[in-house]
Amino acid sequence: MSQARARLLRPALGLTGLAVLFGVWEGAVRGGWIQSGFLPAPSSLGPAWLDEVRSGAWVQAIRDSLTHYLTGLVAGSVTGTLVGLLCGALPVLDGLLSGIVRVLRPIPGLAWVPFAILWFGLNTAGATFIIAISVFWINFYAAYGAVRAIDPDLYEVAAAFGHGGFWARLRTVVLPAASPGVLDGLRTGIGQAWMSVVAAELFGVPGIGARMMQASSLLATDLVVVYMLTMALLYAVTDMLFMLVRRRLLGWQG
Amino acid sequence: MAKCETDPASTAEIVVRLENIGLSHDHGRSFILRHVDLEIRAGEFVALLGPSGVGKSTLLRVIMGLMPPSEGQVSLQSRPAQAHRPAAMVFQDAKLMPWRSVRRNVELGLEGLGLNRAERHARAMAALELVGLADRAARWPRQLSGGQRQRVGVARALTVEPDLLLMDEPFGALDAITRASLQRELLDIHARRQGTVLFVTHDLDEALLLADRIIILHGHPAGVKGDFMVGPRPREGAAVQAMAERMRRLIAGEPDPGEDAAYWQASEI
Repeated sequence: MSQARARLLRPALGLTGLAVLFGVWEGAVRGGWIQSGFLPAPSSLGPAWLDEVRSGAWVQAIRDSLTHYLTGLVAGSVTGTLVGLLCGALPVLDGLLSGIVRVLRPIPGLAWVPFAILWFGLNTAGATFIIAISVFWINFYAAYGAVRAIDPDLYEVAAAFGHGGFWARLRTVVLPAASPGVLDGLRTGIGQAWMSVVAAELFGVPGIGARMMQASSLLATDLVVVYMLTMALLYAVTDMLFMLVRRRLLGWQG
Repeated sequence: MAKCETDPASTAEIVVRLENIGLSHDHGRSFILRHVDLEIRAGEFVALLGPSGVGKSTLLRVIMGLMPPSEGQVSLQSRPAQAHRPAAMVFQDAKLMPWRSVRRNVELGLEGLGLNRAERHARAMAALELVGLADRAARWPRQLSGGQRQRVGVARALTVEPDLLLMDEPFGALDAITRASLQRELLDIHARRQGTVLFVTHDLDEALLLADRIIILHGHPAGVKGDFMVGPRPREGAAVQAMAERMRRLIAGEPDPGEDAAYWQASEI
């Protein structure tokens, strides 16, 4: 009973906090503390959202952004994880790439926008490229760190029981031992990719980011907030789906 | 070097022979082990006794093939039997793989022996039965106590039916009660299995309790400084005490007083 109550307490508190925020916000706009041109009242968001849904723009923007999001996320996660795992497991490759990593790592994904436009144009591929770069580094470091943190004694155990070669070690030790770290990196990437989606679309590729820019140039701040909340919702859904998968994969961690 | 004259196991075949083993990590400038000669015969329970850090675990790794010796050679005699490994090792702190269930941990050494899934499963379960943990087969290692984890480590080694079982201070990290019960179980298993065991410990009492033969490793570089056949149980009385006193001196790096002097010293106490 008390345990069930404790489990419900946190979400209940979270919802209460949200309700208070929206209440204060609504009151501040209605009471004239904030001009509605600067910040739309929460009550105006519903109608604005319905209009956007009826025109089909909302679903279209989500569909466009999800395309960028998923392709960029998959491309960046797969390459980042693979290169990270290999660098962690192969000291020669690690050394070979260390200089390149040092030069490229501090460059944020957004700095690649000029080249994304030059190489791919103002289209899906350009936006995907930006997203993939920012996700790549997160996964690279997560996978690399996870491999480097493996207890070296486990390699010895594996070798003692006949799994001494590179591929046998990779299969019996490296991949399973690194999986929690790799999955943490994937999760961080899932969040980071949504931030990059907006950034990548702000320069004109159709999607949620582009739609927000259009709305703000028309001073339709209610629509901007609608899309902000849309992003929050999409992030919550993707993160929840991922956590379900993670829990199945990492039952051994408890 | 203290050497025992009567050697009841001398007719059994040799399972492992070390010839002039030396190990150096700096290309021969300094040695951890040097001039180690050793023969272990089938069915022997041998304790490798010496102070902490002397190189006992290192010698075990050389025998296991995890570290190539810088000098000399290890010859491990393996039965022609199918689906087994010549040597298996029980590690300090068990070192189970946390992402494998208990049963899958035991199966680790069976993978790659040409057994199918059902055969691996059956052999792992038989080994878990032997250490009394068959009911924990589906658990994760984190759900076991330290003693249970070490039992799984023993099962993992036994299931590959090794000609030589190497044990690296397997009970050193356990509390006294758990250690005592695992020692008793190990003796039971050894009595039934009649295998060959090389057991590393820095604890003279543990060596006297478990082993039929005790080898003293000492010095820098470390070498074999004593080789004792321990008589029948119970191991008490003046003769055993005298032997223990000689071993204690050898471990401490003192000169061996010799059999007679030690005997008289022990009888005076």
